[in-house]
Amino acid sequence: MGRSEGIEAEGLIRRFRGGVTAVDGVDLRVEPGEVYGFLGPNGAGKSTTVLMLTTLLPPSGGTARVAGFDIVKEGPQVRAMIGAALQEAALDNFLTGRDHLKLQAALHGLPRAERRKRGAELLERVGLSEAADRRVRGYSGGMRRRLDLALALVHRPRILFLDEPTTGLDPQSRSALWAEVSRLARDDGVTVFLTTQYLEEADVLADRVGIIDRGKIVAEDTPEALKSEIGRPSVEATPANRDERDAVAKVLSRFGQEIPSQPETVSVRLGHGAGGLAAVVRALDAENLKVSNLRLDEPTLDDVFLEKTGRSLEGAGDDEPDAEEAQA
Amino acid sequence: MGALFTQVTALAARSILRTARQPAVMISALLFPMMFFAINANGLDAASRIPGFPADSYLDFAFAFPLVQASLFGAITAGSDLARDIESGFFDRLSLTPMRPVSLLLGMLFGVIALGLLQGVVFLSVGILFGVDVRSGLPGMIVLVGLMIFVALGFGALGATLALRTGSVEAVESAFPLFFVAIFMSSINLPRDLIEADWFRFVATINPISYLVEGIRSLVITGWDTQALVLGFGCAFGIVALALAAAGTSLRTRMAR
Repeated sequence: MGRSEGIEAEGLIRRFRGGVTAVDGVDLRVEPGEVYGFLGPNGAGKSTTVLMLTTLLPPSGGTARVAGFDIVKEGPQVRAMIGAALQEAALDNFLTGRDHLKLQAALHGLPRAERRKRGAELLERVGLSEAADRRVRGYSGGMRRRLDLALALVHRPRILFLDEPTTGLDPQSRSALWAEVSRLARDDGVTVFLTTQYLEEADVLADRVGIIDRGKIVAEDTPEALKSEIGRPSVEATPANRDERDAVAKVLSRFGQEIPSQPETVSVRLGHGAGGLAAVVRALDAENLKVSNLRLDEPTLDDVFLEKTGRSLEGAGDDEPDAEEAQA
Repeated sequence: MGALFTQVTALAARSILRTARQPAVMISALLFPMMFFAINANGLDAASRIPGFPADSYLDFAFAFPLVQASLFGAITAGSDLARDIESGFFDRLSLTPMRPVSLLLGMLFGVIALGLLQGVVFLSVGILFGVDVRSGLPGMIVLVGLMIFVALGFGALGATLALRTGSVEAVESAFPLFFVAIFMSSINLPRDLIEADWFRFVATINPISYLVEGIRSLVITGWDTQALVLGFGCAFGIVALALAAAGTSLRTRMAR
């Protein structure tokens, strides 16, 4: 890749003390102007990848270029081209929102006359104009995240890294942040590298999604292509009588492979040529089994994750080592 | 050069602003050294009657104590602030800007100097109000504050080195007692030639803090003592140079991670 506004990594590896390999040979290519969703459970290697791509952590192996610059040999050039809002909104509780923007603008070398104007413009854009002169110790989680985003945008970066930007946010703050990220990509042509553990977030925002598990990318494509790769919908049935769960499972198993579900329900991924919901209803009726709920679900990114790793995304990372802890 | 100046100014302003917005830190930095000074001056006043004691009043003799201790407070505060930045990720935020490493260090140290200057002026005013007689007069007071600022700068750079090497607020704060012991193992409470225990006199003689203390003290109790001032400023320069070199190396190492 020559000088561009994209991201390219080949065989990126990061090992930590104690033998933990947080990132294990990641290859990726993000085109200029693209929103790339990096999806995976806790401890999958998402944040470690971001730390390497933003030059904050040297890789143990492999190479990567951001905006056409090598992340190891051309760190200052990379940093000049990128903005980043990392996992924790790192703010100084004793400064106001406006103080933060003034400091960031000065460090990025914006002319004095432009600093105030740019700060006010960004505060307005992220909806913090009224709170601009309050110390950030009194900000809510959503306000801190929005200020974090504004700080990442001070120098008009062409590539934006957002590490789990909506974790812990209420639905309203989450929607506002999604809207701003979409606007940045659509109107300003900013390349966005977004890590998330939320399926919906990747589905809504990303042009393409890379799914990472245990340090390796297990799938990569547009959300639609990944879901259509699975192709088949799933059926979830809740027996009216709990004692009949096994009987319902036996009937449903004729239509496809059972997949993980809530204890009181039965879910199967419909096999090719297995027929639709009507066939399932007829089979249950034939066995005189009653269900309180029967649902047909189109494939989700969780289904993709399940297909590729054999585990559901939710809770998949609970037993895995945390790369950031290993780093400490 | 313009970019460096802008960066240092912005980071110094932040350092001063955050200290000014923490009244507890300001009160501690101003109150505790004066409190120890009052206790020492009152409790050890009889020491001034020891034959060969270099001052008529222990109040004058002990006046170096709050000035050195205040520098130490400033260093611990600055070191803790930097370690907190590392722990919270704010340091990473700064690292992602085109900021030069030297700007971070200088910005932080300008904050230390500003606090040291304020402490020096306040302590001098309070000291004079309570009867401290500065023999070197007004020019001596200016030199005294200057030396105090150098001491603060040296301790501040040591605090920064600790913060950058450990990245831990607890580690920086736990070093406070060690600094404190180093101050007490100097000639802070008695002139070296009046210390009876040989080992203590030896430790005080090789302890550079003794020379910082004696430089400051000479301006109060003697007037213009060239030897004491050369040794005082020499030690201060030495500490500043070594501590800045160590802090610079630690900073480059941390920013390269």
